[in-house]
Amino acid sequence: MNVPVNGKEDTVKILVTVKRVTDADSIIEIKPDGSGIDLSGIQFTINPFDEIAVEEGVRIREAHGGTLTVVSIGSENCQNEIRRALAMGADRGILITAPGELDSDTAARILVKVVEKEQPDIILMGKQAIDLDDNQVAQLLAEYLRWGQACFATRIELTGNKVVVDREVDGGIEVVEVILPCVISAELRLNKPRHIPLPAIFKANKKQIDMFSVSELDIDTAPKVIVQNLEVPAKPKLCYILETVSDLLEVLKKNGITT
Amino acid sequence: MSFKGETKVSAVLIVAEHKEGMPSKRTLRTITFGRDASEMLKYKLNLLIIGHKVEEVAEQLIIYGANRIYLVNDPALEKYKAETWAYVTSKVAEHCNAAIICTDAGTTGRDFMPRVSARIGAGMASGVIGFDGECFKREMWAGSVVARIRLHTEIQVATVRSTLFEPATPAGNSSEIEPLHLDIPPARTRFIEFRKTESKRPDLPEANVVISGGRGLGNAENFRMLERLADLFKGAVGATRAAVDAQWVPNDLQVGQTGKFVAPEFYMACGISGAMQHVAGIKNSKIIVAINKDENAPIFRAADFGMVADLFEVVPALIAAIENTIE
Repeated sequence: MNVPVNGKEDTVKILVTVKRVTDADSIIEIKPDGSGIDLSGIQFTINPFDEIAVEEGVRIREAHGGTLTVVSIGSENCQNEIRRALAMGADRGILITAPGELDSDTAARILVKVVEKEQPDIILMGKQAIDLDDNQVAQLLAEYLRWGQACFATRIELTGNKVVVDREVDGGIEVVEVILPCVISAELRLNKPRHIPLPAIFKANKKQIDMFSVSELDIDTAPKVIVQNLEVPAKPKLCYILETVSDLLEVLKKNGITT
Repeated sequence: MSFKGETKVSAVLIVAEHKEGMPSKRTLRTITFGRDASEMLKYKLNLLIIGHKVEEVAEQLIIYGANRIYLVNDPALEKYKAETWAYVTSKVAEHCNAAIICTDAGTTGRDFMPRVSARIGAGMASGVIGFDGECFKREMWAGSVVARIRLHTEIQVATVRSTLFEPATPAGNSSEIEPLHLDIPPARTRFIEFRKTESKRPDLPEANVVISGGRGLGNAENFRMLERLADLFKGAVGATRAAVDAQWVPNDLQVGQTGKFVAPEFYMACGISGAMQHVAGIKNSKIIVAINKDENAPIFRAADFGMVADLFEVVPALIAAIENTIE
């Protein structure tokens, strides 16, 4: 079913962002001088929240037709994560190559340039990247574009030039309607990403990835946020082993938890 | 910290959250953070209340030592929307020369504060756990790392992990309330409904006692046992992502980096292995007790006390023992 979107006669244009991040199961250790993470032996992967966003984009395109473009920012290695999204069903990729780690604000302003060129109706993003845990880029991008947003989405329903979104917020679910174009960020429970069959991986290798350097985009990349240093959180506690329920009750009484 | 420009920014502005005419407890905790920051930098402390018919929220906040409470009251602000909240906050920040704008790092603050930072070109720190007058401290990599970050902008925006701060106590003279009228631009978002999670137990981030269950619980029915124990302490029930994914408990009971952060007096982890992302959400609890059959479970490295035992024996015995002492 093809629906006219945003008053236009064509179909929905979806843009999904993916970030290359350290694998969630990696042991994260700080370099001795505290300047960053020790990346030796670390595996990289697509940010899990972004994978959910890609899955949702594929499902929307399967239901409504249209195109799904995936964009990433970072080193040339990010092509791996773009390929993964292409194997899941995205149509084409865009990689903005940039040196080093960018702050969320710079990433958002780079994406503004991509949006100006691509003119999507819906931008789907993970709610946060599991490395920096900022939870900012979707909201920053929406504000720079002066678009509506629906963050922490657990259900998305596209109807004409609007989208109805269930948002998982403190204390319950908030349901909102947002006019397209808009930015939506994915919560964990939006969907379960599909397994990728082998032929899809080969097919994805034939799909196109356009590469641009951030220096071509005419934006100020001076960071607003500078990480001074990283520290190890307070060291693990010594766990005192209790033998019986009476011991446990004693601990509770001693600490005023029960009488 | 040095400042350029014609007007010197010189205030901490806290956006207050409220519900049914009451400021949230997390707002009182955020005021403690903001008061410390304003004293450190010799700045004024201002509060902002956004909504419709919210005068009574302001009345309740005048005792916490803020210099001024800005009140933006408008029918268009009856329902929260990120776009309008960001618009109002940035206008009021400009009006009061705010240097630091902050609010609680709940789902509301995390939703609209980045928009504030984009609007005014400010750097932003998310989920702040400390501030030394120059740098913000915040966790990254699911709590594996604490980062000291510096914002290279004149105006700075932060969401605060407020459960780490005590609720503000009354201080000094009462604050002056200044109603402001703003023309609220139309939003591209429309509120449809709010489906509240019904619970007679306290909110997880505010609970003094949290009893949590993980994969080891085995099914939804077994959570009843944890509920009974939690009720004896007037506490809350929490869960791991595994238990939530298995649909044994509702989503909003999830504790951890991608769920809720808790910092109770007493946290009890039952049948929880202790994945990094879960531990990130509980490690500021005062006392952590872990019950797990597997003595090598990582949860024991996060716990103060541990029992290598079957939770299906320990929990009922504990319930019985406490019921005895109550009688």
